[in-house]
Amino acid sequence: MLSLLAGDPQADRVVPPTGFTARLTVLSAAAMALLAVFALAMSLATGRLADRWSEELARTSTLRISAPADQMRAQTEAALEVLRTTPGVAEARPLTAEEQRALLEPWFGPDLPVETLPIPQLIEIIEDGAGYDPAGLRARLQAEVPGALLDDHGRWRDPLVQAAGRLRLLAWVSMGLIALTVAAMITLAANAALAANAQVIRVLRLVGARDIYIARAFVRRFTLRALSGATFGTLLGALAVSALPSSDVAGGFLTGLGFQGWHWLLPVAIPGIAALVSFFATRQAALRSLKEQS
Amino acid sequence: MIELDNVAYSYGGGELFSSVTLSLQPGSFHFLTGPSGAGKTTLLKLCYGELKATAGQVRLFDQDTRALGRDQIAHLRRRVGVVHQDCQFLDHLPVAENIALPLTVSGREDAPDDLNALLGWVGLRGQAGQRPPELSGGERQRAALARAVIMSPDVILADEPTGNIDWDMSQRLLTLLIELNRLGKTVLIATHDLALIRAAKSEVESRVLRLKDRRIQAAGAHL
Repeated sequence: MLSLLAGDPQADRVVPPTGFTARLTVLSAAAMALLAVFALAMSLATGRLADRWSEELARTSTLRISAPADQMRAQTEAALEVLRTTPGVAEARPLTAEEQRALLEPWFGPDLPVETLPIPQLIEIIEDGAGYDPAGLRARLQAEVPGALLDDHGRWRDPLVQAAGRLRLLAWVSMGLIALTVAAMITLAANAALAANAQVIRVLRLVGARDIYIARAFVRRFTLRALSGATFGTLLGALAVSALPSSDVAGGFLTGLGFQGWHWLLPVAIPGIAALVSFFATRQAALRSLKEQS
Repeated sequence: MIELDNVAYSYGGGELFSSVTLSLQPGSFHFLTGPSGAGKTTLLKLCYGELKATAGQVRLFDQDTRALGRDQIAHLRRRVGVVHQDCQFLDHLPVAENIALPLTVSGREDAPDDLNALLGWVGLRGQAGQRPPELSGGERQRAALARAVIMSPDVILADEPTGNIDWDMSQRLLTLLIELNRLGKTVLIATHDLALIRAAKSEVESRVLRLKDRRIQAAGAHL
């Protein structure tokens, strides 16, 4: 591969330098690299999402106290007492009025008079490493705090984690399909180039060129074209991803669609992978075509 | 050098020739003649391994071509210089690079002096930088001959080398081929130009092989 990239300028000259296959190769490699950057960004973002939902939220749950206003404080205290004596609960604290207002703000807007509304009191529960027994806790709460409802987030967290995992899988499948498409396009272009250069191949064979020599002249050219096209596409894709709204602006739900930290280094591999795919696709196509032409 | 033993070749369901036996000894000079379509070009292609016989054995430098892979044939072909009537070149390269092509594909690019001498020998020094389409028919044939001999091959096979050129140029080309034969090269020229064969008579001892009615006739006849 290295000797291929180092090249043999004299050998390169035996194949005419122009043709529509050059533009087709560069363009398809650039387009596929651009899509690969987006697929990679999506894969990483969904990965982060899945991690956050499965790890961070898995350690928390919510207790909702629904009671008449005059009993609310007593029931909240009773629930906190139950929680304090429950093995597996590391921390339990009632949400402040400001926190509850923030939760309702997306639906009711700012300046909501939470204190005057009959809304439930929420208690955030943080588990320790071992976690608590939800069934046991529910039984105790039912007995001691009748208005309490425990939500361990499992009902909505599991499908979301599963969905994020599926999205991540789809992104990887997309990248695989992109690589296959690159291989197919390059193979098509290489076959067209070999057919268009049948006269060149005849002459080279006449003067004693081996198949590998002829193939190498085409392979190197297509590999370098794919490398340059993919580099351009990757740069364009990285610029587009960097222009996406940041997680702070878009909110925490999707945790930012772009790359974060060292993940910015990952797209650098895309041109190399495109060149590798092109190398093997062209080599295979060239050797097969030369065998058929003999 | 090249031996054909009871060779037959069929094409498109019909037999082009059969029972052809031929031996090209080192330093010999042969003409292969016969009517158009008799199979002269095919016989030459069998001699340098581009085609494989449908029956019989073709031995190229003591190796049976049927048992050789494409790469082995390519390697042996470097010892055979081939000149075609239609002189196929790489039209995007200058004449000098076309002539040096056998050196390029074999990884030998250490003989620029040889190339200059060769260009002088075939009278193409002034055309070295031109593209093949800019050359006349005679110049193309001489360039093809130069390309055929640049690797100093043991055998030179020429297929109707004077088919597209005038008599003076044919004479000049024949002289070059005779010079090569005097240097010890084996030469086989396929031609239907009897005047060319007669012209060679006074210059070189040669044998005429006639391909007709699917057989080699008058094999061994001297001029």
